[in-house]
Amino acid sequence: MVRTEELTFDYERLDEEGKVESKKRAVDHVSLHIRPGKFIAILGHNGSGKSTLAKHINAILTPTEGTLWVDGMDTKDEQKLWDIRQDAGMVFQNPDNQIIGTVVEEDVGFGPENLGVPTDEIWTRVEESLSAVGMLKYRHHSPNKLSGGQKQRVAIAGVMAMHPRCIVLDEPTAMLDPNGRKSVIRTAQKLNREEGITIILITHYMEEVVEADHVFVMDDGRLVMQGSPREVFSQVEALKRLRLDVPQATLLAFELQKRGLPLPDGILSNEELVDELCQLKSKM
Amino acid sequence: MIRDITLGQYYPAKSTIHKLDPRVKLVTTIVFIISLFVAKGVVGYAIASLFLAMVIRMSRVPFSYMTKGLKAIIMILMLTVLFNLFLIDGDFVLWRFGFLRITDKGLKTAVFMAVRLIYLILGSSIMTLTTTPNDLTDGLEKLLGPLKKLHVPVHEIAMMMSIALRFIPILLEETDKIMKAQIARGADFETGNLLQKAKAMVPLLVPLFISAFRRANDLAMAMEARCYHGGDGRTKMKPLHYESRDRIAYAVVWGYFLLMAAAGWAASFYAVMWL
Repeated sequence: MVRTEELTFDYERLDEEGKVESKKRAVDHVSLHIRPGKFIAILGHNGSGKSTLAKHINAILTPTEGTLWVDGMDTKDEQKLWDIRQDAGMVFQNPDNQIIGTVVEEDVGFGPENLGVPTDEIWTRVEESLSAVGMLKYRHHSPNKLSGGQKQRVAIAGVMAMHPRCIVLDEPTAMLDPNGRKSVIRTAQKLNREEGITIILITHYMEEVVEADHVFVMDDGRLVMQGSPREVFSQVEALKRLRLDVPQATLLAFELQKRGLPLPDGILSNEELVDELCQLKSKM
Repeated sequence: MIRDITLGQYYPAKSTIHKLDPRVKLVTTIVFIISLFVAKGVVGYAIASLFLAMVIRMSRVPFSYMTKGLKAIIMILMLTVLFNLFLIDGDFVLWRFGFLRITDKGLKTAVFMAVRLIYLILGSSIMTLTTTPNDLTDGLEKLLGPLKKLHVPVHEIAMMMSIALRFIPILLEETDKIMKAQIARGADFETGNLLQKAKAMVPLLVPLFISAFRRANDLAMAMEARCYHGGDGRTKMKPLHYESRDRIAYAVVWGYFLLMAAAGWAASFYAVMWL
């Protein structure tokens, strides 16, 4: 679905005459491969280059060096630009700044309108995608009156209506309250399971990563870790060095392990921890 | 206070006015505005009042919602009324105090001017309250369509308008927020003379502009991410078609305009009607 080879990107600061004053390497020789239909998470603290990487997938940015393919299309190929953007939709952080319509359904229809989809089909697409994110009953509402989580779901529906094979969510929950956060993540998981859409979730909340198929960890522009959530979270010390938190249950299990309790590595949820502890107790 | 501006805000409801084609509403608004300037005498204003009242009734937008928009122009309104009231020469002097005097003509012009301004705002508020900005811009785009041949970027203008309208409430909210934040830091927006008040606005405007630019940048990116590339090859979710109710509405509007013109003509004929 998405493949990068030695992807590198420099932000250039220009002086007043338009000459390059300084360069900042945001993404540094990243090679990764994302298979279709997976739920992928990209982790990293602020400034780790994860958002820059995300913008490459949608061809908003093009690599300084290296290549990125979306479904076999090179993002540097300008003729494929709109195909790439249709194929890999993007949801941004701030819900207010990405809703163009003043009525929910008009906003969802914006993408298909740009693609030149016939009118009748726009309507079916709008209905389909609004019900897929559970916002159909708000279709005539003004987006200003919705909560943050609802706005993000509308934004997801807006991308869905373009029939993408992959959705990149760039920190979609950073500005939301815990309830909104849950509803957005659940929506993304549902689309991944039921519609088979590849989800690439960029985040720094660990709880959202636990159920992903594969996790990439970025630091200072480089890809420093990858694997299943269990594999990644079993390396508590390494994550701490990268200034990343681990889920509470994992941290507690890690500390108990250090004190000599024979717990397995990479415990992710509270339930798992409770199970393991109960088993330990019955053995004693 | 700042949130009271209703201009450019959509009020969702199911009414005949809401369902009308945006082109009809745009043309009607323009015709109504012209008719207000053509109107002469009590009869003309009575017809305009009737027409406006009818449209407001049909739109099912609460009247209190519309009058909120008037608060924003109250200063202009007062100024116009006062200038007209005291500065226009007339045949009879009704009241005199020093150099101030009120004449019959001044009084009449002041009242009519006030009515005209209020109706202007009410008329255009009805349009924006009953039409979603997207509809409005679609209508505008279609109406101005012929200008495309003269290389006028009609689609771009329409898109810019619709985005501006969409961001009015968001920027108002932001203004409120920044204002509160600055007040919490000891800023004073209330006291002082006009110049001091204007100076006090600087710490409000600078952050507001910065955030507006940031928003514009984000929005442009989000639009591009959703394949926006200008008006070429774009289809419409809600294409515009005239229906029978639109034709009826046009007939009513032209009927109204003819009536107004006739009233104006008659008024200039019979001096009595002048009042």
